[in-house]
Amino acid sequence: MTKKVLMKGNEAIAEAAVRGGCRFFFGYPITPQTEIPEYLSWRLFEVGGDFVQAESEVAAINMVYGAGGAGGRAMTSSSSPGISLKQEGISYMAMAEIPAVVVNMVRAGPGLGGIQPAQSDYSQAVKGGGHGDYKLLVYAPATIQEAVNLMYIAWDKAEQYRIPVFILGDGMMGQLMEPIELPPMKQPNDPEKFDWATTGSHYGEGRRIINSLYLKSEECLQQNYRLQAKYREIEKNEVICETIDCDDAEIVLTAYGSVGRICKSALPILRQKGIKVGLIRPTTLFPFATKVFEEVANKPNVKRFLTVELSAGQYNEDVRLAVNGKKPIDLLSRMGGEVMSAEDIVEKVMEVIK
Amino acid sequence: MPKWTKPKMLTDATLSFCPGCSHGIATKLVAEVLDELGLQSKTVEVASVGCSVFSYNFFNCDSQQAAHGRAPAVATGIKRVHPDKIVFTYQGDGDLASIGLAEIVHAGLRGENITVIFINNAIYGMTGGQMAPTTLIGQKTSTSPFGRDPKKQGNPIKMCELLATQTGPAYIERVMVSDYANILKTKKAIKKAFEYQIAGKGFTMIEILAACPTNWGMNPPDAMQFIKNDMAANYPLGVYKDIGGDK
Ligand SMILES: Cc1ncc(C[n+]2csc(CCOP(=O)(O)OP(=O)(O)O)c2C)c(N)n1
Ligand code: SF4
Repeated sequence: MTKKVLMKGNEAIAEAAVRGGCRFFFGYPITPQTEIPEYLSWRLFEVGGDFVQAESEVAAINMVYGAGGAGGRAMTSSSSPGISLKQEGISYMAMAEIPAVVVNMVRAGPGLGGIQPAQSDYSQAVKGGGHGDYKLLVYAPATIQEAVNLMYIAWDKAEQYRIPVFILGDGMMGQLMEPIELPPMKQPNDPEKFDWATTGSHYGEGRRIINSLYLKSEECLQQNYRLQAKYREIEKNEVICETIDCDDAEIVLTAYGSVGRICKSALPILRQKGIKVGLIRPTTLFPFATKVFEEVANKPNVKRFLTVELSAGQYNEDVRLAVNGKKPIDLLSRMGGEVMSAEDIVEKVMEVIK
Repeated sequence: MPKWTKPKMLTDATLSFCPGCSHGIATKLVAEVLDELGLQSKTVEVASVGCSVFSYNFFNCDSQQAAHGRAPAVATGIKRVHPDKIVFTYQGDGDLASIGLAEIVHAGLRGENITVIFINNAIYGMTGGQMAPTTLIGQKTSTSPFGRDPKKQGNPIKMCELLATQTGPAYIERVMVSDYANILKTKKAIKKAFEYQIAGKGFTMIEILAACPTNWGMNPPDAMQFIKNDMAANYPLGVYKDIGGDK
């Protein structure tokens, strides 16, 4: 086993990106993710990569479009207001099928909101976010180690499906320090290995075009079909979801990201009180762990669900769709950067099972 | 006049421009220069949003189609991954000087080693003749039907002048394609810009005063006269920046 190192979440994510093969970063400062660009602004030059502080988030995402389309392993990171600005570019990347990684360290909104942790960008991340029918592969890590592991495979997945991969974190995870294990450095990526990348080496017949424009509706339709087929494939293969103690649970908590972790710490407290509690903690938000919810909801021992989230019920909408009326669902929601504690969760459970 | 043959860097696709449109001339000039500099299999074009949106179908090289105004950012991304390749954008005036103003200025400030072909036809061609940031004072468009009034609609933007005052750009020239002699000058300017990029000198932009006969409501010969008499009077031709020799 490799030695553990103590690292701040944002820096660990940045280092894991480098080890996962990322060589190009384009971004714009915003709290609470600024340690990612700060770290990469020196680190990428050590590994022969490049770093640009762009003039805006709009420019940054379009630089990622160019670099990713040219076969480079590129990323950008931001927080909520900046991610809103990137949506046009992300939509173009989805249609042009450009592999890249986008990190959102979510802060409270709407508007300028606040810089405290939130999960209120859930729908934007999971339902598309920009215009048009598209999805991203959305990972929501609960710990820094999980974030590191996901960053490490993010470009492999992005290239496998030619899709932007989205990491949905939050301010809490970015600022936390934890001992983590870092994976080894991957072999550098060769843009020439792709049969679609505009590396400039092609001329005439073999030339490549990265494009999101399909003016003929029949062609636009076909491209949409291709995208949807890809999303179905991703739904089949890429779901990651943790379940704890659902085999005997009477109440099942569900949460993702940092909140999933807080829920986890509420489990032993509740068990000690004699309450049979379980947890569903999805790591992928698209694809959604619908099957897991279906199976758990079908269990006779499961009486009800409690969704816990740092938003007004955005995540709960998907939980409700997946549970599909089979069992009642309560919601514990906090907004504005307020974070619930394990005790708050315990209290809510006691209240709903009364 | 020498006999014209199709450059290798042009595909066989039919150019989608209106009769008398300067986009056709500019596209061919760029392709000729790429041929002459032997840049086949070394070049990535970045198409923008406007009447030249399909330029990825015309240039016989790798190409990326960028969102409206973002071509310099997209080109930056490509160039950072492939610094040894030639990267150029082909943009209209709405694309470059309005919605994409931040991207073009900052690409210039970074001295990004790319070439920008900037087609200034003083109008939004593709969307049917609305006012552009470059529309002349008094010029009628579908969104300035009484003529552009600076009190209401602001003043035309002079991109060469603006960028030339900054440190970063290596070569900036304004040319026009109103007649044979000026078309030759335009080609020379384009060639010089690509030569600078090959030499790694940094950001180059050629602004081409161009005609949109369709949305100007003119026949092509009158449109050529309008470039010469009206456009060039408001947008003086010339070299605005040239860092020259060795950088
Ligand atoms: C974000 C966005 N806004 C608006 C448009 C619509 N649009 C397409 S082309 C164009 C104007 C292009 O004009 P210009 O750059 O001057 O090029 P021209 O057509 O004159 O060659 C506009 C506004 C768009 N495609 N995307
Ligand atoms: S509308 Fe104007 S700019 Fe567009 S192709 Fe026609 S003449 Fe050219």
